[in-house]
Amino acid sequence: MSDKIILEVKNLKKYFVMKKDLLGRPKKVLKAVDDISFTLKEGETIGIVGESGCGKTTMGRSVLRLNDITGGEVVFNGETVADIPARKLRKLRTEMQIIFQDPYSSLPPRMSVGQIIGEAVKVHKIVPIEELRAYVLDIMGKCGLQPHYYDRFPHEFSGGQRQRICIARALAVRPKLVVCDEPVSALDVSIQANIINLLEDLRDEMKLSYIFISHDLSVIYHVSDKIGVMYLGNLVELASKDDLFDNPLSPYTRTLFSAVPAPDPRKKMSRIILTGDIPSPANPPHGCKFHNRCPECMQICKMIRPEFYEAAPNHFVACHCYYRHYELHPYEPVSVPPSTLYVKSRKQG
Amino acid sequence: MKEKLQNAAAFIRKRAIRFGKAVKKFFTDIFGSDSGYISRKTEKEISDYNRKEIKRLEKEKRRKLSPEDYRTEMQNPDNIAEFDDLKTYFYTDRGTVKAVDGVSFSIPKGVTVGIVGESGCGKSVTAMSLMRLIQGPLGQITGGEIRFAGRDGYTYDMVKIPTKDLYRIRGKEIAMIFQEPMTSLNPVFTIGNQIDEVLITHLDMNKHEARKRSIELLTQVGIPMPEQICDRYPHELSGGMRQRVMITIALACQPRLIIADEPTTALDVTIQAQILDLLRRIKTQFDGSIMLITHDLGVIAEMAEFVVLMYAGKIIETGTVDEIFYNPLHPYTIGLQRSKPVIDSGKERLYSIPGNVPNPINMPPYCYFYDRCRFRTPECKKGYPPFVQLTETHGTACWLHQRSADADYENAGTFTTDAATTDTVNTNTANMPNGGENF
Repeated sequence: MSDKIILEVKNLKKYFVMKKDLLGRPKKVLKAVDDISFTLKEGETIGIVGESGCGKTTMGRSVLRLNDITGGEVVFNGETVADIPARKLRKLRTEMQIIFQDPYSSLPPRMSVGQIIGEAVKVHKIVPIEELRAYVLDIMGKCGLQPHYYDRFPHEFSGGQRQRICIARALAVRPKLVVCDEPVSALDVSIQANIINLLEDLRDEMKLSYIFISHDLSVIYHVSDKIGVMYLGNLVELASKDDLFDNPLSPYTRTLFSAVPAPDPRKKMSRIILTGDIPSPANPPHGCKFHNRCPECMQICKMIRPEFYEAAPNHFVACHCYYRHYELHPYEPVSVPPSTLYVKSRKQG
Repeated sequence: MKEKLQNAAAFIRKRAIRFGKAVKKFFTDIFGSDSGYISRKTEKEISDYNRKEIKRLEKEKRRKLSPEDYRTEMQNPDNIAEFDDLKTYFYTDRGTVKAVDGVSFSIPKGVTVGIVGESGCGKSVTAMSLMRLIQGPLGQITGGEIRFAGRDGYTYDMVKIPTKDLYRIRGKEIAMIFQEPMTSLNPVFTIGNQIDEVLITHLDMNKHEARKRSIELLTQVGIPMPEQICDRYPHELSGGMRQRVMITIALACQPRLIIADEPTTALDVTIQAQILDLLRRIKTQFDGSIMLITHDLGVIAEMAEFVVLMYAGKIIETGTVDEIFYNPLHPYTIGLQRSKPVIDSGKERLYSIPGNVPNPINMPPYCYFYDRCRFRTPECKKGYPPFVQLTETHGTACWLHQRSADADYENAGTFTTDAATTDTVNTNTANMPNGGENF
């Protein structure tokens, strides 16, 4: 891992317009990704973990500019991704790639494996056309695919093999950054380990950086150097792996950790069980978005959204519990009684 | 002249054979030996065989039975259900898929039995066979017995039971929770309607009583404002809520056995913790058994007391949770545990079981795990290993342990004659969980 920063995400925002008024102005927006910042060094893996609907995938897609962003900026290799004109964007695509969740629906059924992997190589002229076959076979070998698979079609393969094809396709254009959007959640346990090992080997070999998105904490723990926990479009906590697992600060991170069942029958954990479901991102609760499920909810959490700040060196958290400056700058009392706020948000959720 | 012609003919024949072989090699290179290509002739043979078999089995199913034919005796009165050499086959156009092939285990009263395995190993089909939900005519239970102790004191063989009696048991005494709560709830009826239906059908309640009871049940599973939820449609609820409704429907008639088929796979971790907590709570309340089907070893460790491991349609290991997690015997069990990433384990590289599950149509004549096994020996190829019971609860189907069991049995405590083999086996098993580096 070098110190070169390859990706910098600053206050990234992505809103989806749900309803427009007569003049076409947005009336109601869904804040899928709301103010996210992190940096990624070369050869590093950042794990993004969160429940379904918290905006993990939207974040990954926004970084790659697969959808346009509403605010903030993404700086990749010194270039602002949002400002790159469309014709240059194609060039950028070779440097950023994505591996999708479902290997059954992300491969074209009428193309052979060789064509799938070789297409982008051909388009971007990464190798001369005479060497294409040899190059594709080389990539296939690296990803654990046998040479005689070259002329086969995706339906002939099992889930694990298909995911290998997806990985080979993404890596064939020699990217620097790969967004892995739940690459193992559709696979069986024994195959999962295979794919995780493969991804780790390729990272070391090709000096890749990963944004690894998953809802499975144990997988995230295994692959990442740095972990971001997301809840309803916000980063709740961001720290290095060891920091986060040894000393989780946010109550949400702690509940998430305690909810993972350990494969050890004698280990009795003090489980924090949350009440209620994750609220709809279209109507997030007032104040801290987690307050209506939080076991350590305080009065202030219901009114004011906590800032994302550095609570310990390189350990960022968005929670009022650790806000040291609270005594120095007490918040102004809010005129609305908190009880009504609470009821309102419950109804919306 | 004649000789010359003969020589030329022989030469051409030889060349033709060589060319034929080259063509064949070329095609096997392209398609591979496991490409699934079958000739027209074999296709016809398969379909003829399937037609014959299905006809025979369907005829047998339609046969009128007297109660003596389908009432049996439990082997152990403490059990609620016993699977005995169950065989469920699917007659597909490419051959017979032996989804469940000779599975025997039992579910004791008041105990959670976990069934673990990868997708396609037959764990769901086992549960479906008990519920008699196998899709005919392609899917057929071809052999074995499933004994179920009914509430009326009789023991029924669920394989032979006629439909009329089946309706009294299914949904009332055995209930099922499915994996995908959205697809298993009816989208055009309200939640209340769907719970009422169960109560009205099985418990002969009138509408009014049923609704009252439904609301009671919904409160029991922790749904807030049950009166309002009753009038909602499934799409208005979140995944966790839907799964709670499914559990309510399963609980409605106080069943003796609940089959939970991957109840938390589609849910988030925090919701999963809620649902598991709920399942544990209701189990103490209704004092029944749970058959928990899952692929997540974490869930098993937390919920189950007894574990059954399946691989490619066969049981490979059974035991209590402690035995399975602290003294796993079958190489597949060990591999499965080691390949799961664990928080705080600190290990750098995951162990991965090489290869894939063999093709379900042409299973090899030897141990199905042979090709992926780390401890294989040439002897493993001599046939499918029989299931051996090593202690009262712990058993496995593996040649390694077969030999040690035989040796123990023959020598009856003396380890002098066959010490070498037993020794190696024992060190093998002892080293398996610890030898992290070389595994």
